[in-house]
Amino acid sequence: MIPITVDNLSVTYSNAKLALYNASCAVEPGTITALVGPNGGGKSTLFKAIMGFLSPNEGNVKIGGLTVEKAQKKQLMAYVPQSDEVDWNFPISVFDVVMMGRYGYMNFLRIPGAKDRRLVMESLEKVGMVEFRDRQIGELSGGQKKRAFLARALAQEGQIILLDEPFTGVDIKTEKQMIDLLLQLRAENHTILISTHDLASISTFCDRTIFLNQTVLASGTTAETFTQENLTMTFGGLPMTSLAFQNSEVDA
Amino acid sequence: MVVWNWIVEPLQYGFLVKAIWVSAFVGLVCAVLSCYITLKGWSLMGDAISHAVVPGVVVAYALNIPFAIGAFVFGFGATVAIGYVKSNTRLKEDAVIGVIFTGFFALGLVLVTKIPSNIDLFHILFGNVLGISTGDIIQTLIAGCTTLIVILLRRRDLLLFCFDPNHAKAIGLNTQVMYYTLLSVLALTVVAALQTTGIIMVISLLVTPGSIAYLLSDRFDYMLVISAISSVSACVLGTYASYHFDVSTGGAIVVLLTLFFVAAMVFAPKYGILRQKRVVGS
Ligand SMILES: Nc1ncnc2c1ncn2[C@@H]1O[C@H](COP(=O)(O)OP(=O)(O)OP(=O)(O)O)[C@@H](O)[C@H]1O
Ligand SMILES: [Mg+2]
Repeated sequence: MIPITVDNLSVTYSNAKLALYNASCAVEPGTITALVGPNGGGKSTLFKAIMGFLSPNEGNVKIGGLTVEKAQKKQLMAYVPQSDEVDWNFPISVFDVVMMGRYGYMNFLRIPGAKDRRLVMESLEKVGMVEFRDRQIGELSGGQKKRAFLARALAQEGQIILLDEPFTGVDIKTEKQMIDLLLQLRAENHTILISTHDLASISTFCDRTIFLNQTVLASGTTAETFTQENLTMTFGGLPMTSLAFQNSEVDA
Repeated sequence: MVVWNWIVEPLQYGFLVKAIWVSAFVGLVCAVLSCYITLKGWSLMGDAISHAVVPGVVVAYALNIPFAIGAFVFGFGATVAIGYVKSNTRLKEDAVIGVIFTGFFALGLVLVTKIPSNIDLFHILFGNVLGISTGDIIQTLIAGCTTLIVILLRRRDLLLFCFDPNHAKAIGLNTQVMYYTLLSVLALTVVAALQTTGIIMVISLLVTPGSIAYLLSDRFDYMLVISAISSVSACVLGTYASYHFDVSTGGAIVVLLTLFFVAAMVFAPKYGILRQKRVVGS
């Protein structure tokens, strides 16, 4: 079981847009942790920093004590992207996308073996996408696209799975199936971090919750932190003066 | 019979046979790379490299080393310069590319008019496959074969890099290495095509075959095949046409390729204009 620790993370984009400021939090091993915050609150940015897709201006991320790079070499981390990050016109089939989850285990030429093929089929089965395996990825519905990428994360067998808004545009039945799958993964000791705007479902399956709006405003067990007060602070009347950087921006 | 003569009659000339082989080979190399470049969205980068090789060719002649080395160094150097300027300024990539490659190209023009050599600028710009020397053929072969081998060995990683560089990173691959690998083979391909189409029209061989294939298929492996067939046949037929009608070889190749593209654009079974009209209209 592997924890994620985020320490004092700040990220500024090249257009000088400050996306994250002094964010610190821990994702406990073997739990499902929800990441909530408004649009533009920095959820995807935090994911990308954890995955090492962008390098933070300050602070660091540790995966079970390892640097992100080392953790990735060990195939510890899988990522399910938000849909708008994918080129859906790319000439590739669902099966091939899921197979890309296995590349890290293959030899230099990336020739899949029997085990790779078996795991790809099993992953497709788990998300109920076997019949769509030969479709070009753009020819899927929104929910099916999500499931295809979830299958890739499963095929990767990462101990840590990050999912960026997997439920957006997904019907209730599919969401339920995906949640069951996440609970099953938790039972298999995976550590899961998931961002979502579906606040109602969080208490049904997330052990812990992190509230994020440019910085971590609150985090802890869902039972303790999922309060009206924290929700208002995150989504509505954010107490501006409580954040040091807001003051300095006004001064400047 | 007429067709038969049209095909066979030129084969009695050694220079023409050579030209046909060379341009078919170049067509193949460009076709393979083209699939990656169009999917990655690097067409402009290909154009930049092709223009940036000019000073390299001149310098290579002045130093009396193979033109391919000079061309590669400058072509690749331009991409490194583009990468550097882009990540250290707030300029958008297209602006950076525009600034850098015209700078390199202009430097080439200055050098070619200042350094005494027997380089024919016209040949660099528009190619000269009918008059290609054995030395140049060898350089073309080395550059082209290296490209094909690198792609053959790394094709899956490169495809992953084009499709989803983030996932490539997530599974521990070094995306920086892949970025430069793809850039190097792009520069090598430009070097290989230099003698056939010339730098002005290399971009056509780098973009059009892949685009034709992309319109006709949504499987990458089929794309490779379609791209190769359209590119190689345009190169061979274009070389024939240039002999029969006494027109520019590079020009004939590119005109043919463009006609293929137009046909694909109109008649493609799934993504063609005709088909899309019917789908929306029905
Ligand atoms: N590539 C980028 N370049 C510049 N600014 C960016 C970039 N990506 C995000 N931002 C900015 O950073 C901030 C955080 O964005 P981020 O995508 O992390 O939000 P989010 O919480 O994931 O939002 P959503 O719920 O809409 O997905 C936003 O203000 C956004 O405009
Ligand atoms: Mg987001």
